[in-house]
Amino acid sequence: MKPKRFSLPPDSLFKWILATAGLFIVMIVGLMIAVMAIESWPVFQQFGLQFIYGGDWNPSENADRPPTFGALPFIYGTVVSSILALIIAVPLGLGTAIFLNELAPRFLRTPISFLVELLAAIPSVVYGMWGLFYLVPFLHDHIMPFLSDTLGFIPLFAPPIRGFSMFSAGVILAIMILPFITAVAREVLAAVPNSQREAALALSATKWDMIKKAVIPYGRSGIVGAVMLGWGRALGETMAVTMVIGNSHFIKTSLFQAGYTMASVIANEIREATYPLYVEALIAIGLLLFAVTFIVNGLARLLIIRMSKVSMGGQNE
Amino acid sequence: MSSPRFKRVRGSRYWVNHIMHALCMLATLAGISSLFLILGFLVIQGVGAFNWDLFTQPESSGLGISNGIIGTIELVALASLLGVPIGVMSGLFLSEYGRRGRFGNILRFFTDILNSTPSIVVGVFGFAFIVVNTHHFSALAGAFTLMVLMIPIITRSTEEIALLVPNSLREAALALGVRQWKVILFIVMKTARAGIITGILLSVARVAGETAPLVLTALGNLWPNRSLTEPIAALPLEIYNFATGPDPKLWSQAWAACLILVLFVTLTSLLARLSTRRSTLRK
Repeated sequence: MKPKRFSLPPDSLFKWILATAGLFIVMIVGLMIAVMAIESWPVFQQFGLQFIYGGDWNPSENADRPPTFGALPFIYGTVVSSILALIIAVPLGLGTAIFLNELAPRFLRTPISFLVELLAAIPSVVYGMWGLFYLVPFLHDHIMPFLSDTLGFIPLFAPPIRGFSMFSAGVILAIMILPFITAVAREVLAAVPNSQREAALALSATKWDMIKKAVIPYGRSGIVGAVMLGWGRALGETMAVTMVIGNSHFIKTSLFQAGYTMASVIANEIREATYPLYVEALIAIGLLLFAVTFIVNGLARLLIIRMSKVSMGGQNE
Repeated sequence: MSSPRFKRVRGSRYWVNHIMHALCMLATLAGISSLFLILGFLVIQGVGAFNWDLFTQPESSGLGISNGIIGTIELVALASLLGVPIGVMSGLFLSEYGRRGRFGNILRFFTDILNSTPSIVVGVFGFAFIVVNTHHFSALAGAFTLMVLMIPIITRSTEEIALLVPNSLREAALALGVRQWKVILFIVMKTARAGIITGILLSVARVAGETAPLVLTALGNLWPNRSLTEPIAALPLEIYNFATGPDPKLWSQAWAACLILVLFVTLTSLLARLSTRRSTLRK
């Protein structure tokens, strides 16, 4: 006999109150996409796809020349600075995660991971100020001359050097995403079953052999997910980047030259935007940034979910 | 066959092992040393700038940052006013009613989207939604933006912690004839209280340091804010304006503001950790 399920008024009412709160979140996200799409519509209407691949961002209003908006320099800057950040932060983050999860003595693990987490708690603008006063001068005086002397034949490292540059932005972004990559990679490594490790050790593998052959391959998709999550973070970082990247509207090959990112152009120019089309162009960049981070984070989450499914099902290659 | 003889591993495998070991250690050291470099400079530069005026004089006098401190408190309090109840309620919905089922999954998906949206994009939303329509940068727009940033953090942490409450507790109460809404309020929420508070504290700490969305919405103000429909100052905005400006006197005020902000954020996350440790759930 199935007992009759009866829902007293206060019960269903309470459920509905909670559901309304949930509905509010769904509405906010919907509203966010809708508002940005509507506000930026005139820009896409006027410039079409040229807004995305056009390299000319010239908002000044002259009588003889209408303003043009092409977001390519910012898209380029966002991609290059964030990839540079990944190149620096991924080895460091993975190394830290491996050290914390596989190598470090147990009493060190909690304090060290707390310190690394603290790196994530520092606000972006504080990174920016530190970068402005210490990191940029340091890189300009010590690291960049060395790199451009040794690797200067590659266009990416060609002189002349400027302190406020794509390179500085990449370095500061790397420090900022390091804790995220470390935390997710650690979770992934922790999900690798111990039988994997024991099997490798039993075959007389060294610790590193074990990590390389039995632990990392098992967690590969999760680790790629961790990297992508870090990338998603780097794409949207604003203040610290704005304060060190130099804010130039032109694409330069050399990393030691000033650049601009999508996030920083919004933060920097919104106060100067004096006429509607200019404002709408900045909102359109916001919409683009949203789309990009949505895709990157979605892929990251898929990879991490796949990883956790594999480890829960106990099946592996 | 004779009994196996164990020889120590030598050769390339041996050296590679040690080199990689050292490299991993170096990587960890690099992260931690950058933390200490940042904190070190912050303390050295910031402590020297602490004085009475800093906390009591507004920006307009050129001596202090009191309007920013008040502004940040005001903004975060306003954001929490709606953000905390909505976050906690939708978190409870996810754990109590929405474990599976279509709406639960949709809600979880949207919360995740919001959680991973860069704060500048949320700022653009606040700008396009409120500032463009009211033609004013305002404290309300700033608080709205911070609220949007806050909600998904609280929702997911509340859900996670409420899922840790054992089902036997819920069932025991239900079996005694307690209605479900009372079970959620007095059993689930009470058991998970420490964890829920942790989530709220973490979201406050995160939101208090946000700058980019405030540049687009709250704008900043040299004087203490009089009305919610006017621009308002905030600590992170002051740091940004002072640091990028030309005045060395303001630089040292900005360092002090950085130190205050970082102290607040670290103390809050420490507090959050302590309260979770004391919780009955995490034992």
